[in-house]
This record gives sequence, C-alpha cells and structure tokens, in this order.
Amino acid sequence: MLTILFDGIAYGMLLFVLACGLAVTLGLMNFVNLAHGAFAMAGGYVTAVLMNRFGVPFLLTLPLAFAVPAVIGLVLERTLYKQLYARSHLDQVLFSIGLVFMAVAAVDYTMGSQQQMIQIPTWLQGRVEILGIQVGLYRSFIIAVCGVLVVALQFVLTRTRFGSRLRAAVDDPRVARGLGINVSVIFATTFAVGSGLAGLGGALGAEILGLDPTFPLKFMIYFLIVVTVGGTTSITGPFVASLLLGIADVAGKYYVPSLGAFVIYTLMIVVLVLRPQGLFARAR
Amino acid sequence: MLRRTLLSAVGAAAAMLALSGVAMAQETVKIGLILPMTGPFASTGRQIEAAAKLYMQQKGDTVAGKKIQLIVKDDTGTADVTKRLAQELIVNDKIAVMAGFGLTPLALAPAPLATQAKVPEVVMAAATSTITEASPFIVRTSFTLPQATVPMADWAAQNGLKKVATLVSDYGPGIDAEKAFTAAFTAKGGQVENLRVPLANPDFSPFLQKVADAKPDALFVFVPSGIGAQFMKQFVERGLDKSGIKLIGPGDVTDDDLLNNMGDVALGAITTQHYSADHDSAENKAFVEAFKKANNGMRPNFMAVGGYDGMHLIYEGLKKTNGEGGQALVDAMKGMSWTSPRGPVSIDPQTRDIVQNIYVRKVERKNGELYNVEFATIPNVKDPVKAAKSN
Repeated sequence: MLTILFDGIAYGMLLFVLACGLAVTLGLMNFVNLAHGAFAMAGGYVTAVLMNRFGVPFLLTLPLAFAVPAVIGLVLERTLYKQLYARSHLDQVLFSIGLVFMAVAAVDYTMGSQQQMIQIPTWLQGRVEILGIQVGLYRSFIIAVCGVLVVALQFVLTRTRFGSRLRAAVDDPRVARGLGINVSVIFATTFAVGSGLAGLGGALGAEILGLDPTFPLKFMIYFLIVVTVGGTTSITGPFVASLLLGIADVAGKYYVPSLGAFVIYTLMIVVLVLRPQGLFARAR
Repeated sequence: MLRRTLLSAVGAAAAMLALSGVAMAQETVKIGLILPMTGPFASTGRQIEAAAKLYMQQKGDTVAGKKIQLIVKDDTGTADVTKRLAQELIVNDKIAVMAGFGLTPLALAPAPLATQAKVPEVVMAAATSTITEASPFIVRTSFTLPQATVPMADWAAQNGLKKVATLVSDYGPGIDAEKAFTAAFTAKGGQVENLRVPLANPDFSPFLQKVADAKPDALFVFVPSGIGAQFMKQFVERGLDKSGIKLIGPGDVTDDDLLNNMGDVALGAITTQHYSADHDSAENKAFVEAFKKANNGMRPNFMAVGGYDGMHLIYEGLKKTNGEGGQALVDAMKGMSWTSPRGPVSIDPQTRDIVQNIYVRKVERKNGELYNVEFATIPNVKDPVKAAKSN
C-alpha cells in the first residue's frame, strides 16, 4: 500500500519536472507549446550520449541535460517563438507540432530509432526498507531532486524581484513595459528555464520512461493533462495535479489493472467538469 | 531558353522510357520489400533489410536466368501506408512477390491485395498466428507467438514451476502469448494469474508490485522488443530477481539487437524462441559473421533471420518455377525445407506457416557480451493454434 503511494509520488514528481516548463509557457506566457516534449527528449539524449559515448558520470550529465535544452530553447525563442506570441493559438499549435515532427525525424536520423539505455550508478540501484516500506533508491533520488526544484521554483516566483516582474509581465505586458520592465528578456529567460527543466526531466526519466525518438509524441498527452488539470496560473497547481495523477495512475493500475489505463483520463474529465479552469486557477 | 529546357526535358523523358523498355526486355523479377524503416519499429526494418541485402550479395542477383530487383519501401509502421505501397508496387512496378511486414496489422492490410492480384506475400516478421489464414498467398518465414510460447509452458511445468504470473502488452500478439501460455500451462496442472499492461505504458511499477505481492514462482512476460529493456530494469530495480521469481517468456524480451545494451539486469532470464545469434552451427556462424561485417558490427536478431530465410524461400521458389510468380510460386514454396542459420526449417504445405525448432535459452555472459545461450531443443514445432484447429 505505502509502496504504491511512494511509487505514485515518484512518478508524479517526474511528471511535474517534465511538465512544469509547459505550465510556465502555457499558463504564464499564454503560448501553446506542444514542442515541449522535444526539449525533454533533448535532455535525455544529452545524458545518454555523454554517458555512453564519453563515459561521463550520471550526476555530472544532469546539469548539462538542463543547460543544453535551455540554450536550444533560448535560441528558438529568440528566432522563432517570438514571432508567434501575438498569433492565434491555432498557429501556435501548428507551428509547435511541426517542430515536434522535425525533432523526431532529426533524432531518428542522427541517433537511430532504437531505445537509448543508460546505466545509473550502482548506489542508485536497488531498494531499501524504511519503516517497513520497500523504497526504490532511484525513485527516492527523483523525489529528492524534484522536491528541491519545487521549493526553488515557488521561491523564485513568489519571493524574488524576477518572479514579481514575470507575473507583472504576464498580467499586462503593456503596462509592465511602461514601468520599465524588459518583457522580452524576461520571457526569453523563462522560456529557457522551462525548456531546461524539461530537459532535466527527460534525463531523470530516461531510466524509468525509456528514451527513443518518439518520446515527445508519447508524452505530450501526459504534459497536457497535468497542465489542464492543475490550471496554469501557478506552480502549485501543476504540482498537486502531477502528484494526483501519478498516484492515481499507479494505484489504478495496481488495484484495477483491467481499467488502469483509463484512470487518469477519467480523473481529468471529472476535474474538468467540476473545475473547468483547473484545480487551482482563478476563474477567468 | 524556356523552349530549350522543355525540349531537353522531353528528350530526357524519352530516353528514360527507352531505357526502362530495355530493362523490361531483360526480364527482371521484382521483389517489393515493405518494412517499417522509420518510426518506433524501425529496428525491425533495418534488421530485415540488412539481411535481405546480405542474402542477395551472397547469392547473386540472377535466378533462373532472370535479374532480381529488390524495391524497398518504408511504411513507417502504419497499416494504411503498407496497403497503399503494396498496391503501388503491384500495379505500377508489377512485382512478382511482396515481402517484409514488420507487425501483425501491417501483414494483414495487404492480404486482400495478395489474393486479388495473386501476388505471394512473404511475411518475414509479424507473428500473430492467424496471419497466414488471411490469404492463400501468404507464406511466413518468421514464427508465431504461440509456437514460441507453448514450449515455454511445457518447460516451466517440467521444471517444477507451479504458480506463474503472466504480464503481457495488451495487443494482438500479447494476448496470443497470454492465451497460449495459460492454456498449455494449466493443462499441465499449473496455476496462472494474468496481468495485461497497456501498450503505451511508461511505468511498469504498479504491475510489478502486484507480481511481487502475488509471489509466483516465475513471471512470464511478453512486451514488444523495444520496451523489453525498460521492463528488465524495473524488474531488477524492484528486487524481484532476488526474491526468487524467475523471469521467463518468448524471446522478444531478450532481443539480440538490444540484449547487450541491457546490461547485467538481463542475466538469467529464460526464454524460448527459434533463433539466437549464439546458435551453435556452421551456417549460423557464417551468417552472424557476414551480417556483422556488412552492418558495422550490428548483431542479427530473429527479425534478420526471418528476412534472410524469406529471401531464400523466394529464390528457391523462383528457381523451381523458372522465374514465374503467382500461384505457381506459392505452390513451389509449400513444403520446401532447408537448413537456415536458426537450424532446420520447412514450410507446412497445409498452413503455409513455418515449422522449426524452438530452443530454450538462458541469458549468459560469453566473451564479454550477453547472449541467449541455448540449452534445450524442441524439434519441429508447428504453430500450435492451427495444429489444434486441424485436429
């Protein structure tokens, strides 16, 4: 029972790291970026290539798995995404899904279509018993990393000058600009951090979720569910939603295996019927 | 200027027409090879294409005085594309045989075309039992899942396993494997608990926890080969290997193409299948060596051997019919037997399905690499599903 809860939390945390960048771009910047999973895939491949070709230790690859997608995100934001902020959502969807297909084909061509495998260090393998619960070490590691990230993100958004500027820029870009806030720099930074977080999620998830060129398509639906259920105006919304979905998914598959695949979709429908704006968002 | 370009274009087109006319006169036999070369199942396509090309390179491209031309098409693993490509190949390219077909739906989609156009369809990969019943022109050189699974159940029963949990991906071949194993194993007095995992399932943890709580003697697993590695890792991560639960199943989970990258987590898994790159025979040693040499060290897997034997079947069939396709070619293929890299095989004249040895193997480290090492053989296994129907 508690093991199931633990697995659910670990899975949810992973979903959160993967999806929180999307919550930021979709919720705060009001941009529909379906290509979010492509950045996660980039992070995963950075880790896989560094570990398998160059023998870099797993932990050292993680900062790079954040940095490389962040830089890619920054470059794309400055060159491509920027042009689309003012366009309709349909244009944004078409543009970003196009990016996904290009990313899938590019990775397929350069890396091959097979699953990429990484070997996590031995001290993260296996499981231990804590207070009578069987706990996987790697999953505990994920929970720890993600927990730190959640606190840090929440702190930055609510307690720092950058956070208040970002919220101001989102609420009303024109007024924010009038007050001397450099909105485009703030958006670019936010986008880069969101992409970097996705990359980190992809790297952490490679061991559990697998990694192949179709990754962005396979997980797009999960990201979108997290963001729609959580609502898009804060970090806490998607965080609680991720945990809820992770636990519901794992528990559902454990207790009712035959219906397990439908649990998260049912949950999504129920939440959206009761609170169409998401769990924690203000009604618009 | 424009006029001149136009003229030269027309001239070039005319020259090409003339050329193709000459080629027709030389009597080419065209083989349409339809495979998933991109997308999630691309590794199947790569293996089969490499094997087919290797066969042609070894045996030459002339059979019965006619030139063999291989046309490879990518269906991206989508059934409607397969059907469209098959139609194009039959109508425009006038192929004598179509071959390949990486997955069950991809093999079923062009079956009506095979029947209508009387073009033999050689299935080199797809493994659901019913495929050969979809058209009298389908011949198979891969295997059927029940064919690989029933011997697993027999082995499990003979080796004192009483209670087995099955975990399969919830789609055609997975359900085939589950049913075949459950029926054969309960018939021998064993106890089975069934679990099905959605095909698009990122995390196995709830299912594996369920297995851990049920404490069976062994876990029978079938997942498509790409996901096998992920499954293995989570199996070991959860400590199921240490709690004495044996991992058994048909060989897809320890696919030769991926096995070596899985690392030590795969050690000790017991599987039954028709081919291991480690199979001890002169034919196989030559095949593996040539395949690796031609493909940058890539190890052939059961898909490759299906492709290699498929080409062999087409070549030998064409020799018998003197290059004629259609009904004559299918008839020539029926009952044919030869020694493949996997061991002795033949085509069952009644079902047009392959009859072959099934081997029980265990993953071991050999010369620094992981291999499925064969330790028992069940000779001449027919597809049990169709065998049961005909009785």
